[in-house]
Amino acid sequence: MGDFIHLLVSGTATGAIYALAALGFTLLWQAAGVINFSQGEFVMLPAFAMLFGISFGLPLWLAFLVACVLAAIVLGLGFKRAIADRLMGHGVIPLVIATLGVSIAVKSIVRAGYSAEAHPVPSPFPGGVLSIGGINVSYADIGTLVMAGAIVIGLQAFLNRTVTGRAMQAVAQNTESARVLGIDVRRMVAYVFGINAVLAVVTALLIAPTYLAKFDMGDSIGQKAFFAAIIGGFNQTRGALLGGVLIGVLENLVGFYVSPAYKEGVALALFLAVILFRPEGLLGKAEERKV
Amino acid sequence: MIRIPRLLAVATLALFAAPALAQAPIKIVGLVELSGTGATSGTNFDNGVKLAVKEINAAGGILGRQVQYTSGDTQSNPGVAKALAQKAIDDSAYVVMGPVFSGSILVSMEETRRAEVPNFTGGEASAITQKGNPFIFRTSFTQASAMPKVARYIKNGLKAKTVDVMWVNNDFGKGGRDMIVKSLEAEGIKVGADISTDPGQVDFSSAVLKAKQSNGDALFVYTNEEESARALRELRKQGYAKPVVGETTLTSQKVIELAGEAANGAVAHVGLSADAPLPTIKAFDAAFQREYKAKSDHNGLKGYSGMYFVKVITERIGKVDGKAFAAAMKGAKISVKDNPGVLMDVTFDQNGDLDRESFLSKVVNGKQVIVETLPPLGAK
Repeated sequence: MGDFIHLLVSGTATGAIYALAALGFTLLWQAAGVINFSQGEFVMLPAFAMLFGISFGLPLWLAFLVACVLAAIVLGLGFKRAIADRLMGHGVIPLVIATLGVSIAVKSIVRAGYSAEAHPVPSPFPGGVLSIGGINVSYADIGTLVMAGAIVIGLQAFLNRTVTGRAMQAVAQNTESARVLGIDVRRMVAYVFGINAVLAVVTALLIAPTYLAKFDMGDSIGQKAFFAAIIGGFNQTRGALLGGVLIGVLENLVGFYVSPAYKEGVALALFLAVILFRPEGLLGKAEERKV
Repeated sequence: MIRIPRLLAVATLALFAAPALAQAPIKIVGLVELSGTGATSGTNFDNGVKLAVKEINAAGGILGRQVQYTSGDTQSNPGVAKALAQKAIDDSAYVVMGPVFSGSILVSMEETRRAEVPNFTGGEASAITQKGNPFIFRTSFTQASAMPKVARYIKNGLKAKTVDVMWVNNDFGKGGRDMIVKSLEAEGIKVGADISTDPGQVDFSSAVLKAKQSNGDALFVYTNEEESARALRELRKQGYAKPVVGETTLTSQKVIELAGEAANGAVAHVGLSADAPLPTIKAFDAAFQREYKAKSDHNGLKGYSGMYFVKVITERIGKVDGKAFAAAMKGAKISVKDNPGVLMDVTFDQNGDLDRESFLSKVVNGKQVIVETLPPLGAK
């Protein structure tokens, strides 16, 4: 029983990280109709930005804050203006191809600048294990759960309880109606891109100590986040959370009770099952879009 | 009327061209993992070869000819390695260096064998030199010679009765897993949990939990560098407190750098180490750090010494001839006294396997410390 609870907690912690990246997918899709296939690289770049800051003597928390600001400018507004704005309105395919291109280009640049080798990233949490009633949980898992949980709750509160958040939801639900109501649609969409970029930095902070900073570290996290978003429902932020946690927990259970060799296939198997039997996702709503 | 001047011109050109051709550089081609899961290994191996080539050329080359080294990225993919081996042959390579990954060399060496081009590898899977290929040579120990030393340490040093084994599911890992299980059983040690992991695996939580639940006296970890670091981090994260033992990669410089404090206490048998207390290796370590501003792992030493094997044997046969080179490698003994670049006295057998001294290393305060020098197997 102790092992099972340990697997649940550590799986939920890993899943919460997937969920943060998946949230970015769903937010961008709802607000701007953008599927960002370079989401994994949006996580990889801040990891290297933090490493860069640390190499100049910045403490991790300051490097993280600097990375947040840089990400909001470059991966948020910069990405929106340079790519998304130019291709929105031309359908999904050009955006998919463009973001795939961004993914390849970013990986090549980082590989050229930082080599193909992995680099260690310090953990924001202390090492060690907390034992409660025979159940061992690491401080890193507890810290990850608390931080990811706080971010998700904070984001939900922002979206549901603030004027700006509600305006963003209005834009996501119906852009034309939102415009008629006097909402500055362009600004709201820009906010979404900024939020996605900051979520990517938080994901990087939580995942890089385990994944290690490497030019292709985004491949795995990007893929898992995409699967999580599809599994939960691409048009539901709650769906992204459910999808992420489901993948994290099931990966852990399969890795332990079946074999660690099969855990990487869990997300794909779930993804296939959902696509076949409930294409709108577990919490998603069927919708039609003109493409 | 016109033919005689033409003949004269051709003869004159030939006269001037002959020395130039004789001085044409010796082509050595590297097939190395510069990206993918083997990037750390391949980059170090490649840098080791490059450093040796630089030194050899500065000292006048091989038989008075400069060495021209070019390397291609296998992307840690056997298919790409095979294609690059074919390209190396098309480019008239005298010797091929690499790949480092066992899975890649097992595929690519068929090409170099067919073309009768000598091929040095950093791969450690036993199967590499058991296929009767007369053109394949190692730069490191085979698992068959390293694992008995590890098992002996687990029995005598740790007094362990049951050992859990965590290994990576590729040619390197499978070969190592089979050899350590055989060696442990030969020493009367029981194998507890047999934990397979994936190449490139990032999350070791369930694998480590399996080891914890198994309750063995020690854990043997046999994965590639990045995975070793992740495994060590997860072991530390979950509070695993029993001895962690490995072979070569576990205490390598890159693993220590990536795992940080979590690497402390890990013990491994290493065939080559930049921290070995030998003057030749200390000189190599200093030169490598000067050149690349980083410390080499064992793969750097493999590439470096491998390139010096090429120099020594080529000078021994007195010509640039792949077939003669391969023949001269059989049973070759190379002394470090006459050839400091080979780093340690070494003997090659008829299969291309090598034998030399090795070391038992431990990570102490984030540094690899050699705690014991083990004699060559042939010395026993």
